[in-house]
Amino acid sequence: MAYWYEEMHTGNVKMGIRVEKQLCSETSEYQRIEVFQSPEFGRFLASDGSVIFSEADEFTYDEMIVHVPMAVHPNVQRVLVIGGGDGGVARELSHYDEIEAIDVVEQDKLFIDVCKTWFPDNACGLDDPRVTVYNENPLRFLRSRSNYYDLIINDCTDPLGHAAGMFTKEFYGNCYRALRTDGIMVYQHGSPFYDEDEESCRAMHRKAFKSFPIHRVYQAHIPTCPAGYWLFGFASKQYHPIRDFDEKRWDDRHIKTWYYTTHLHRGAFLLPRYVEDLLKEEETRL
Amino acid sequence: MDMTNQKRAPLYEALERFRRQRVVPFDVPGHKRGRGNPELVELLGQRCVGIDVNSMKPLDNLCHPVSIIADAEALAADAFGAAHAFFMVGGTTSAVQAMVLSACKAGEKVILPRNVHKSAINALVLCGAEPVYIDPKVDTRLGIPLGMELADVKKAMEENPDAKALLINNPSYYGICSDLRSLVKLAHEHNMLALVDEAHGTHFYFSDELPVSAMEAGADMASVSMHKSGGSLTQSSLLLTGPAMNAGYVSQIINLTQTTSASYLLMSSLDISRRNLALRGKASFEKVARMSEYARREINDIGGYYAYGRELINGSSVYDFDVTKLAVLTSSIGLAGIEVYDMLRDEYDIQIEFGDISNILAYISIGDSLQDIERLVGALSDIARQYAAPKKDIFSAEYISPKVCASPQAAFYADKESLPLKETCGRICAEFVMCYPPGIPILAPGEMITDEILDYIIYAREKGCSMQGPESLDISRLNVLKEGTY
Repeated sequence: MAYWYEEMHTGNVKMGIRVEKQLCSETSEYQRIEVFQSPEFGRFLASDGSVIFSEADEFTYDEMIVHVPMAVHPNVQRVLVIGGGDGGVARELSHYDEIEAIDVVEQDKLFIDVCKTWFPDNACGLDDPRVTVYNENPLRFLRSRSNYYDLIINDCTDPLGHAAGMFTKEFYGNCYRALRTDGIMVYQHGSPFYDEDEESCRAMHRKAFKSFPIHRVYQAHIPTCPAGYWLFGFASKQYHPIRDFDEKRWDDRHIKTWYYTTHLHRGAFLLPRYVEDLLKEEETRL
Repeated sequence: MDMTNQKRAPLYEALERFRRQRVVPFDVPGHKRGRGNPELVELLGQRCVGIDVNSMKPLDNLCHPVSIIADAEALAADAFGAAHAFFMVGGTTSAVQAMVLSACKAGEKVILPRNVHKSAINALVLCGAEPVYIDPKVDTRLGIPLGMELADVKKAMEENPDAKALLINNPSYYGICSDLRSLVKLAHEHNMLALVDEAHGTHFYFSDELPVSAMEAGADMASVSMHKSGGSLTQSSLLLTGPAMNAGYVSQIINLTQTTSASYLLMSSLDISRRNLALRGKASFEKVARMSEYARREINDIGGYYAYGRELINGSSVYDFDVTKLAVLTSSIGLAGIEVYDMLRDEYDIQIEFGDISNILAYISIGDSLQDIERLVGALSDIARQYAAPKKDIFSAEYISPKVCASPQAAFYADKESLPLKETCGRICAEFVMCYPPGIPILAPGEMITDEILDYIIYAREKGCSMQGPESLDISRLNVLKEGTY
């Protein structure tokens, strides 16, 4: 018997992963969460029919969304993680001793519970004593914070699903206010390849561009993402991701990674022409 | 309300039976279940065009209902506590006009608050009745009209004992309610009919926590916008009548202007929505009220804005407040409501119901979720952060007391001339001028144009309000009555 998980990446493109068994299927007021065991990707988690992360490739974006800003900002004390209920981002953050507080705002408690059960290697990140988990709506959480965080990591992935509010102008604006005067915000920027993803990618850049003085986009290769290609946004009040990048300081920390290196840091900001063009188009459209 | 019966939906059930019969159509509409118009099917879907059918024996006829439509209307009457309910397919505008036309004829008087919808004054143009306006009290801080006060209405009735009806606008767009029971009682004591424009109050019939509904208060007729809070399709509405009304006569009045090809999409949406309200309305509106109250608290926590609620209640001009409404004062952060309305749409992809000079109104309904409420609150917080300005000198009131010099009908049909806006002061206006929404007239046919009114029109136009009514689309000119003709 062949048992396949299938996900439509567009109306005409389908990704399939052969699975051995389904480990969990639960529904909260926000989403339906499923966990599968597969030979190629190990365990993976899907929300409303989209893969959120797998054991085989989660290291890529957890590392890229954490180490890139951490290698730029000279003194991060308070971090806000939005989404990130699996704990992978918190786990990467826990390598940094100078961080005093990591607030994780994951509105769906079920998501955390599922990850604790099936992905203990990620969820252990939430056990760091500096981590506080808030099961709250992130927009609501942000409204009461201003000039407080050094780094905000938006780990929500789907601009159309239940986390749509985390890809809006009001979200970027509220993040801007919650950051200190030299704060940085990084966020999932989606995949630019397929036409229907391109539009939300453009819209995201438009909004971030309006909200922050410095805004660059960087990339990574993630097999379970549409077209295997994923972008991240780097929005910052003061620090530039390349000019203020301190290679030596980061290398001296000797953090063990599988994807991120300080060489790759520079390269990740060098984008294909079609991506550069579409970003530029949005910047000049205003 | 008979809950077992309310589980039925006669129109919907008949349409389902009809669909399965696969009747060959040699009647209108000519798209023949969509086969003749594939693009329309692409847009609306097969199920939708498949029930876009003509009146026929198994599906009854709205002009003279005897079977399934009559049954569906009877169920609606029972659900709303009315003696009779009419399905309306011309919007609540048609329901309001049917109320006015049923209550009075040419030369007779109707007492009504000035902040009525234009549909009520249009009805006066149609039938030739004369308005006796009650000044609504105005909250000068918020710049919104309030409810009618009993003493004002009593005085108008004593001065006009020959008036035929009292028209009450309840609740207002902003959620303000008058003392409906006492107003109805007062009208009946003076042998007048009590008519209620209840366009924004469908949900009052399905909650114990919300203000009293027109039928419960003993009104003779009420126009209920099912498509607003009731969940039916746009343009569908209900006209409810009490036991004192002659339903046969009201039906004749409705048929004067109603289409003879009523849409089954609209009618079945009324039927299904009525069933939904009867079975689940109470729980739904409790949720809506909770969401609105939550949004109010969060918006007030931002600082600067004022999202008002039950604290406005004062026993007279604000006798009660509809907590499902979410109106927010924005002039307190130096922004006109219409400016915030535009920012929300253009920059935040949020469409709200309307912005007036000082306020915005977001429509909260059974289709909303708390996540969307957070987006609205988040956007308002971001707007306050980026655009808040020192409080501007904004017009203190939306309401300017009209000087009625001719009946709406006489003025509408009189000989008139077109003058540049600024030269019209002192003349009698022959047309409507209103900000839309909320569609409350600044000028109605037959009213004197004053400097104060002109200032208001120019200000509202500059602020980007959609100004409607006049023949001259940019309101650079107004039609006025020729001198010597009145």
